[in-house]
Amino acid sequence: MAAGKELTPTEYISHHLTHGTVQFGEGSFWSINFDSVSVSILLGFVGLGFLWWVVRGASSGVPTRRQAFVELLFGFIDDQAKGIFRHGDRNQFIAPMALTVFVWVLLMNSMDFLPVDWVAAGTKLVAADGFRIVPTADINTTFALALTVWFLMLYFSVKAKGFGGWMHELFCSPFGKWMFPANLLFNAIEYLSKPLSHSLRLYGNMYAGEIIFLLLWMWAATGLAGTVFGSILGLGWAIFHILIVTLQAYVFMMLTIVYLSMAHEHH
Amino acid sequence: MNITFTLIAQAAVFAAFIWFTKAFVWPPLLRAIEARQKQIADGLAAAEQGKKSLESSSKQAELAIAEARARATEIIAQAEKRDAQMVEAAKIAAKTEGEREKAAAKADIQQELSRAREQLREQVAALAVAGAEKILRREVDARAHAELLDGIKKQL
Repeated sequence: MAAGKELTPTEYISHHLTHGTVQFGEGSFWSINFDSVSVSILLGFVGLGFLWWVVRGASSGVPTRRQAFVELLFGFIDDQAKGIFRHGDRNQFIAPMALTVFVWVLLMNSMDFLPVDWVAAGTKLVAADGFRIVPTADINTTFALALTVWFLMLYFSVKAKGFGGWMHELFCSPFGKWMFPANLLFNAIEYLSKPLSHSLRLYGNMYAGEIIFLLLWMWAATGLAGTVFGSILGLGWAIFHILIVTLQAYVFMMLTIVYLSMAHEHH
Repeated sequence: MNITFTLIAQAAVFAAFIWFTKAFVWPPLLRAIEARQKQIADGLAAAEQGKKSLESSSKQAELAIAEARARATEIIAQAEKRDAQMVEAAKIAAKTEGEREKAAAKADIQQELSRAREQLREQVAALAVAGAEKILRREVDARAHAELLDGIKKQL
């Protein structure tokens, strides 16, 4: 819609796929995507803050509608955690973490629904080079989440089995101690693939969704008929995207629970 | 597309949010829900107990009613019996009273009769004496002939 006449399609898309970054050191690592970080922090405050605000005045009597809604969410998460995690008190960590992941990722994914060009009209004022509002379409965000889960996985492995137990598992499972190189290779692949599949699945889905939106919006550059056509397609994609957004948040949460549950298991 | 310091920042943010939820969101709601579960369970138990006590008390009430009914029947029977007894006693009393009065009346009548007879006898005796006097036309010594006169009187 706001595809300016001076922009080629490639420029339009790459402009929308440019992060707002601040460089603060030598080398490409020492920069920060302030768009992803600020939007995700804002959404975390909105989502979890809402939950906190409702829960603070939670009554054990007849719940208000608001509280009933939060309790539905709570029950949904708790059911998932209960179904998978059977190695202790899920209320201690797993279930609250699953709630955090689900709410936060869902909100971050949902940023895809906001019309990018309208948002860009506003964010242009603070970040001229680019500002991406879908934090989960940034590999850094999804990888950060997956890595955090990965470290927690290591932590719970050691906590549940002891360091020796965990080492024993690395070398002696699944083929027994005489095959320890194969075991180690197997486990290394597993430990490597978990965070990758965890983060890339979410990132891929959200990034693809964003690009398809951008491609559809380019119809608007072709005139009135194209604008109408593109809007209809955009509506269709947005409706379908509701499913993807929710599903990916759900899958990310489920994998989080599954990985942390597996860390508690003894082999 | 590069991996940058964003990764570390986002991980820190994530960790902070997990801590927040774990500390401030999950426990209060869990407490509220568990308290409600307990309340509901207690309520159901209380209802069950109420039902039980209602059953037992209605059983007791039935028992009490049956007992009261039996007592009432007994009391009525007793009353009827006493009633009959009283009537009987009254009848007997009336009868004896009547008989006694009748006897008294009879005795009175007898007394009256015998007094009247006595008077009559005396009068007749006096009349006889007067008549004899007149017949004899001479004075009869009442004192001298008292024995004779008494004899006549008795014969009358």
